[in-house]
Amino acid sequence: MKRYVIATLLGLAAAAVALPAHALSPDEARHLLLRTGFGATPQQIRALEPMDRARAVRTILDATVTEAVTPPPAFMANTRPDWPAHYRSTDEEAKMAFNKARDAEAVELKAWWYAEMIATPSPFTERMVLFWHNHFTSSMDKVRHTDLLFRQNALFRQTTTGSFRTLVHAVAKDPAMVRYLDSQANRKAAPNENFARELLELYTLGEGRYSEKDIREAARAFTGWHMNDTDGQFRFNKGQHDDGVKTVLGKTGKFDGGDVIDIILARPDTAVFMTAKLWREFVSDTPDAAEVSRLAKIYRDSDYDTRAVLEAIFAAPAFWAAEQRGALIKSPVELLVGTVRSFEIPIADTTPFVEYGRRLRQDIFNPPNVKGWPGGTWWISTYTLLERREVVLRLLNGSDLGAAPGSGGMGSNSMGGSAMGGGMTATPAATKAPGAAPAPGIALWVDAHGTLAASPEAAAKLLLAAAPVEPPVGKAGRTMIEALVLDPAYQVK
Amino acid sequence: MTDPSLTRRRFLEGAALLALAGALPAGCAVAPRTGPQASLNNVLVLVELNGGNDGLNTVVPFADPLYAKLRPTLALAPDSLVKLDTQSALHPGLAPLMTAWNGGELAIVQGVGYDKPNLSHFRSIEIWESASDSEQILPDGWLARVLVQQPGAARRLAEGAVFGRPSIGPLMGANARAVLMDSFHNFASKASKVNAPAAKPANPALAHVVRTQGEIARAGDILAARLQGPQPVVKTTFPRTGIGGQFGNAARLIATGADVPVIKVSAGSFDTHTYERNTHDRLITELGAALAAFRLAMLETGNWQRVTVMTYSEFGRRPAENSAQGTDHGTAAPQFLLGPGVRGGFHGAAPSLTDLSDSNMKHHVDFRDIYASVLRQWWNIDPRPALQRNGADLRLFV
Repeated sequence: MKRYVIATLLGLAAAAVALPAHALSPDEARHLLLRTGFGATPQQIRALEPMDRARAVRTILDATVTEAVTPPPAFMANTRPDWPAHYRSTDEEAKMAFNKARDAEAVELKAWWYAEMIATPSPFTERMVLFWHNHFTSSMDKVRHTDLLFRQNALFRQTTTGSFRTLVHAVAKDPAMVRYLDSQANRKAAPNENFARELLELYTLGEGRYSEKDIREAARAFTGWHMNDTDGQFRFNKGQHDDGVKTVLGKTGKFDGGDVIDIILARPDTAVFMTAKLWREFVSDTPDAAEVSRLAKIYRDSDYDTRAVLEAIFAAPAFWAAEQRGALIKSPVELLVGTVRSFEIPIADTTPFVEYGRRLRQDIFNPPNVKGWPGGTWWISTYTLLERREVVLRLLNGSDLGAAPGSGGMGSNSMGGSAMGGGMTATPAATKAPGAAPAPGIALWVDAHGTLAASPEAAAKLLLAAAPVEPPVGKAGRTMIEALVLDPAYQVK
Repeated sequence: MTDPSLTRRRFLEGAALLALAGALPAGCAVAPRTGPQASLNNVLVLVELNGGNDGLNTVVPFADPLYAKLRPTLALAPDSLVKLDTQSALHPGLAPLMTAWNGGELAIVQGVGYDKPNLSHFRSIEIWESASDSEQILPDGWLARVLVQQPGAARRLAEGAVFGRPSIGPLMGANARAVLMDSFHNFASKASKVNAPAAKPANPALAHVVRTQGEIARAGDILAARLQGPQPVVKTTFPRTGIGGQFGNAARLIATGADVPVIKVSAGSFDTHTYERNTHDRLITELGAALAAFRLAMLETGNWQRVTVMTYSEFGRRPAENSAQGTDHGTAAPQFLLGPGVRGGFHGAAPSLTDLSDSNMKHHVDFRDIYASVLRQWWNIDPRPALQRNGADLRLFV
């Protein structure tokens, strides 16, 4: 009898947390797309609507890819590493030319990633690559070698929703990281603490959950974790490694860096820290402690399977709560790529996005510091809001963007697209043909969506995550769309 | 170039000495100099040295043999330095500040820090900018807390303006208004075309966007009014560096006479874990040149009397260099105050290179005592409500 009651109670508890198996409302479909991708088209919303929450989430997670669809930037075909000769050179002019070429490559690299974010069949993949880039930060300013950053970006794409354990181990040996946090200078005689400190403070445990002594001891464990300058690969430099006994987070042994990572991952705090960060990325700026603790257990029990914790986060009632709609601010990349994808704006050349992103304070491959972009309300200042409004209008008008390949833009049948994709083609760093036809901007979209473009209410429901602050009453067509993207509600997701 | 302030300053000091010579009580050897009157019309320009500036290579204890010993490759050569007394010297890049030093306008507070130092960049800058204890979390910036309590909000452009690194730091929260700009003129022209939305959404993210748009519109209106008619032109040339450009914009904003008590600029990154010399030499040299240009621009436009510049950084760096000709995170460091109101010279004591704690130097001055001094002596504001302390009397202002 008693057992029966308990079983019934358990059954009731399970029913209470189970997802309602009803089809998504248009608002829910838009919410899921905005939170897991870049913008949403009417077709993508319609494609998700017949699904229930669990299936819609699974569809998005299943679509994750591990390779970019955009061909690598041209500089990846060059012989690398090319820096040893550069370091030895005493010819100041040659050194300046080398640095100038590197800066040009950095623009190419950034334009390439924008092209991939626009073209990808799985926007969620790129959102996760961006998440890891903002977590395991490395910047062009410090690293200086574009091929290393390209390889790091590819590493993130390989592991978007895979094992966090695998990813931390890989990142600690990633050549861009080795340069970014001075592992290259971490030697037995006088350890350099930079990587060990940020590993503990920002990449795993979080500030205040370790001592200064833990940092110093962990730094010793990572001595000799270098990059080989002759092939640009990780190299364990035995001669510079301190193989003595260390004490890190209460454990003592002849640890190397890999041991230290496993000691850190064994701490429940690591799962809590990472889960709270995923919550801030996908749910809200204010993580719910009880929910984070429940979800962190799922992360730890699955040995840090990122897909497992993401599925649980996207099933959490808080993710779907009506008050969460429009409660996060779009990052500049989401604003830019989301605008292009939502309006299916033909893009011939993504180079202008590099400058747009920088102006809006998200210069990809160049986070402001090792903590990455703070996100949240930080994105919106008196300066960035003015710039955001200006840049979005330029995208709508097709300014700077060149004509689409083949000119005249996309045919009406390319306005389709699957729930996940609607992937578009964009060429990084393509040269603009002189005298090319003016870029169409949103003209094609307005033509293709006559009904929407005629109704401010319907357009607002599609394009905005919250009701417009200043509804464009009595406006239609392009003027109405412009008013909607200038509305404060366009800045949230 | 002649410096108009100096002749006037010397004259005033001389006059004060003459006037007071007979009236001074015994034991008071130095006559008070006449400084600008303390009021919230005065401007505080904050310079964040982002990343943790190496204090020992900024104000160099060149006479201490341990300095060179701890830094085999990083120690600056004694004959390259700008000597201030028999013990301490400035990095050569700060030579442009000697006019101010000799005129008594540069205060150097030595050994500034706080108890239980935190060596995380992010946590430590929060401590500095919120003016908290090491283990206390305060949600708002110290200047936000102070300024929202002061009358005159209605006529202010904002509590603060921020150029450069987009971190409002001490102006964060407490419903203080911080205006971030790229170039002053760009901002003024774009902002004047934006309207303030009337609605006040409940959703906090959306409310932040609406509020920011309102601040843009408000600042745009105030600046448009200020920019009508003939304007004071800033003729001083600023260095073509990041920090030079920021000081140039700060000068143009101050010259409009718009009411904004705080302006923040930033230089960096000073996080020199490897090959410190090149980066640090460049950053300090750029800073010295920008500060000197800013001082001249303020003198040129007649605004110097209402300006104090103050540097801060999340921490100093370790006295001993590491194996990569760099330095790791440290603690106590010097802090500069520059302006006609400050009492020039050294304050506090240089931290010891032998009496270390965990390989790092011990501080003698709590940074919040400097803040308290600024509030009381520069703005005539009681520091206790915002800082929960009266502050040791550092006498940083005349």
